[in-house]
Amino acid sequence: MPDVSDSTRVAPKVIFIVAIVMALLHQDSWFWDNRALVLGFLPIGLFYHACFSVAAGVLWACTVKFAWPDKIEAWADEFDDAPQSTPTPASADSAGDGEGGAA
Amino acid sequence: MTDLASLAITLAQAPAGKPLTALWIIVGYMALLMVLGGASTFFFRGTSKDYFVASRSIGPFLLLMSVFGTTMTGFALVGSSAKSFEHGIGVYGLMASWSGLIHSAVFFLVGIRLWAIGKRYNYMTQVQFFRDRFNSESIGYLLFPILVALVIPYLLVGIIAACKTMLPITRGMFPEMFASTNGAVPPWLTGLVVCGVVLFYVFFGGVRSAAWANTFQTVVFMIMGVVTFYMISDALGGLKSATQTVLDSPAGAHTAREGLIGQPHFFSYLLIPLSVGMFPHLFQHWLTARSAKTFRLTVVAHPLFIAIVWVPCVLVGMWAAGQFAAGNLAMPTTQPGELVISSPEQQKKGFSMTDGLIKAKPNGQPVMVEAKPAEGADETGEKKMVPVPAEGKKVVANGALGRMVAFLVANPVLIGLLTAGILAAIMSSLDSQFVCLGTMFTNDIVVRMTSKDRFSDKQLVWISRIFVVGVVALSYALSMALLNTNVFDLGVWCFSGFASLFPLVFAAIYWKRTTRAGAFACVIVTVLTWLAFFIDDIFLKQDAVLGSVHGGEYLVAGVMPVTFIFLASVVTLVVVSLLTKPLPSETVDRFFFSKTSK
Repeated sequence: MPDVSDSTRVAPKVIFIVAIVMALLHQDSWFWDNRALVLGFLPIGLFYHACFSVAAGVLWACTVKFAWPDKIEAWADEFDDAPQSTPTPASADSAGDGEGGAA
Repeated sequence: MTDLASLAITLAQAPAGKPLTALWIIVGYMALLMVLGGASTFFFRGTSKDYFVASRSIGPFLLLMSVFGTTMTGFALVGSSAKSFEHGIGVYGLMASWSGLIHSAVFFLVGIRLWAIGKRYNYMTQVQFFRDRFNSESIGYLLFPILVALVIPYLLVGIIAACKTMLPITRGMFPEMFASTNGAVPPWLTGLVVCGVVLFYVFFGGVRSAAWANTFQTVVFMIMGVVTFYMISDALGGLKSATQTVLDSPAGAHTAREGLIGQPHFFSYLLIPLSVGMFPHLFQHWLTARSAKTFRLTVVAHPLFIAIVWVPCVLVGMWAAGQFAAGNLAMPTTQPGELVISSPEQQKKGFSMTDGLIKAKPNGQPVMVEAKPAEGADETGEKKMVPVPAEGKKVVANGALGRMVAFLVANPVLIGLLTAGILAAIMSSLDSQFVCLGTMFTNDIVVRMTSKDRFSDKQLVWISRIFVVGVVALSYALSMALLNTNVFDLGVWCFSGFASLFPLVFAAIYWKRTTRAGAFACVIVTVLTWLAFFIDDIFLKQDAVLGSVHGGEYLVAGVMPVTFIFLASVVTLVVVSLLTKPLPSETVDRFFFSKTSK
């Protein structure tokens, strides 16, 4: 039986795959010229995409439930109220990293 | 406050004309907004951190409402129904359902990480993050003008939309005082009031007031959208009857997508919602979150909120197309005050509305509809509009929602409430953009070019307030100068620009190998590619060489130009980064939490 750490490793992958499948299902070419009505007033193409929005909500609900980045909160709080640590104008762009040459 | 006072005096002195009910409701809404904005300032802690990021104390509900209100402009109500009038129900899939999927993905993948980085290193603006991430002052000076240049047209569209919304609503109210606008509240006054009210609350309370006001405004425009939908469907004999009219009319194709939206065009729209990842005003809202968990409600509810606003508006736009095609609804044209109606000949032969242009069919003789000449005023005090045949006329689709309300409901209370809803949607984006630009000028220019120690915390707040006033004044002046130009075309270009810069922010937080040279090259190539397509569309128009206009939308090889700009951005970023030396790990690792967290 997989433990919690297994599920937290698997969940993001499953959610990523579901998101890709949803992106593909968004292209509902099968309803492109379909003028059928759902409930007598809602064109089927619009009904499909309204359901797609609800499905997106469900997907993101599963994401926050099963793939939440738990560590990020503690990481963000590590230097609470830290002063800005930006490089000084004089040192930036030229200092220390050897940037610019071909690798 | 002065703006509202002057408007109240104007109202009090107005001669008897069209009833002022709708206007009073709008004035009441503005007053409520100012009271709420004023109340939020009691929670202002007086620090720059509170002014810029609300002391990172905003909870889940306020974050959801402020983020949703900021991303939904006036386009959510007016533009969605207008696009549906032109292109049918496919507009929902094109814009709304893509946004539901992509926006929340960006909030989850990018927003939460940037919030954590922002909190850890006390950032207030995007530019501060990019400067540190690439250890480069220059990347900040390169990005700053680009971000400002992309936000300003977006901001102008809001102010001009507010001005144009008020014109037909108030026409005939002040026939003597504002004779040049047929008695309507003139744009200069509407713009002044809208800018003045927003300035009032963001000046004192900063982003906290913007979040409070956004919450109220989001509630207003969501409720008004649903109420308007109910009343229009009721006036059309119910939901089934309203849609059946469309199916039976020459606009029956609007219930599907064939012939109205191309499949590659439909798919390529998925890139546009990525723009939220680079909106500087949204970045600032993310930073206000109390914790990472605060994002949960926003991530989950955002697609559902989009559906609540967009489904009714798309249906109303489709119904308007059916009513117009059946000859039951007159629509405004580009000629001020002119209304057109489709002729029986057109109804028999069918016509296309995909370009917003009613195309007369060969041999289709215009048939005058029976209409009374405009003599004096009707019982509402408004001069009668005489519809003329629509053939050869360019219909203003943005009038679809307003015409449906005016024609079918004709209730001044609902018109006032709906207008307040539209203004709410517009202003809930404006306030965030004003605060954001003030924050950027203060932190990215003034503090950067001097030294943070040179100013006290209170001075920083006041510097930002001065910049906010300057930005509001400049925006007002620009919007008045550009009032009669088609700045609305710029809207999609702003989104395309932000969306094409998305690879930069994504790579900055997920790909350690991204180099400074890669970031520079990505930004420069994005700007150049964007400019090439922009000039081709906006300046060359019919002589465009890279793309062409289909159904009112500039497309390149059948897809949105953002496809090519985005591709150029990604390829440049990856190739140049791989060809140049990586940044040292002590610079990069600070931004990747998984490696350093305990």
